[in-house]
Parts: sequence; structure tokens; C-alpha cells
Amino acid sequence: MDVILFLIFALIAVVCGINVVLQTHPISSAVSLIGVMGSLAILYLLLGAEFIAAAQVIVYAGAVMVLFIFVIMLLNAGVEAKRGKSFMAQLLGIPLLVSFLALMAWFVQRMYPSATSVKFGEFQGGTAHDIGKALFTTYLLPFEITSILILIAILGAIVLARKEMD
Amino acid sequence: MSAVPISWFLTLSAILFALGIAGFLFRRNIITIFMSIELMLNAVNLSFVTFSYQLKKVDGHLFTFFVMVVAAAEAAVGLAIILTVFKNRQTLNIDEVDSMKD
Repeated sequence: MDVILFLIFALIAVVCGINVVLQTHPISSAVSLIGVMGSLAILYLLLGAEFIAAAQVIVYAGAVMVLFIFVIMLLNAGVEAKRGKSFMAQLLGIPLLVSFLALMAWFVQRMYPSATSVKFGEFQGGTAHDIGKALFTTYLLPFEITSILILIAILGAIVLARKEMD
Repeated sequence: MSAVPISWFLTLSAILFALGIAGFLFRRNIITIFMSIELMLNAVNLSFVTFSYQLKKVDGHLFTFFVMVVAAAEAAVGLAIILTVFKNRQTLNIDEVDSMKD
């Protein structure tokens, strides 16, 4: 059952990911990216990370992607113009990417032979209770610094995007 | 066999990361490039959660949480920059935004 679920949602994630890269219209890319994020949320649930799965749906698939689609519509972004790519990029790009991927997959298979495997429900330390406990004890300083980062980001976004007042 | 090997999750993460790199390098629309960066961040998040499962610790989830927060802040600032660039140049093509080259 776990294997079937994993295969289905991994397939959806990969197909949507390919779609993100291949679509020429930004809106199609954005909708495909929502598909990737949704299926990743299911995989997080499979790994026992229920809080992260919820945050993934709310923050990524919800807030961030709405922001993206909002900007795409605001700027009226159309189909991407076809441009001649450089010769080297066309010649080397795909082979280099495939070899990078093959190398990564080989390392992963070598480092983690099928000794450890994921069973749904075996790890239950990812609830909101555990995350909150760790967040406010061990990771309190990073948490506070993150709040300052968000404050700065809000100010920066407002300053950058406001209308120039003369 | 009802359990998924941990290496499958890591391989899926590598595939998504490679797709993100491909989008980042081959696309010309600045918004699509930005979305490719988000795709790469998501791939890394999957790795974090997988390792967290393997070590049976919650720390990986916290890292994922912080990555999400930083990604949200990055999206807000980045899209504001895109808006400003579009206001000044009327283009979203990164080949035409090259004044730092000359």
C-alpha cells in the first residue's frame, strides 16, 4: 500500500515538475508547481511529518503560489518569446543534467541500500506538539531571528513595490 | 513488500532538484526562473524530511520549517523586485535585463 501511494504521488510530482520546465506560459508552470507541492505534501504525510505537510499546503501551495499567480496576472505575462540558445548550452545542457542526476542516484543507492525503509506510522515525532516543543526550546534563537527576517522582508517588499510619490 | 526504501525518496528529491536546475538554466521568463528556484527548495525539503525520518528525530522538520519561512520572505521580496523591473523596462525576459554586463 505504501509503495503504491509513493509511486502514484512520486509520478505526479515528476510529471508536474517536467511540466513546470516545459510549459511556455507562466500560468501553466505555476499550476504544475502547485501539483508538485500538493503531491509532496502527501509524501510528507507518508514520512510522518504531518505538521510539515499542513504547512506545505498552507504556506507553499496556498500563500506563495497565490502571490506568484497574482503577479503573473498583474503583469499580464504572456507566452515566453523563443530565443536562440547558445550552442554550448544546447549541446551540453541535457547530457550534463542527466549525468548529474545519475551520479546523485548512484550515490544515494550506494549510501542507503534498502536497509532502512519507510513505513507509514512508524515515526510519529512530527506532530505540531513535537515541532512546537523543539521550536521554542532548542531552536528559539533561529525562530526569533526568522521573525526579524520576515519583518525586514515585508518592509523591503513595500518599499520596492510602492508607487513613487513626488 | 509494503515499505518504501529510503533511497527512493532521496532519488525523487534529486530528480526534482535536477528539474529545478533545468528550468533555472533554460528558461528565459524571470517568473518561471523564480518558480524553478521554489522547485529546488521543495526538493531539498523532501530530503530534510526523509533524513529526519531515518534518524527518528524532529530536527529535519524544523529545518524544513525555516526553509519554508525563508522561501516565503524570498518570494515576497523577489516578486516586488520583478514588479519594479517590469515597471522600469516593460519586459520579463532576462536576456533584455543585462545592464550590469556592460
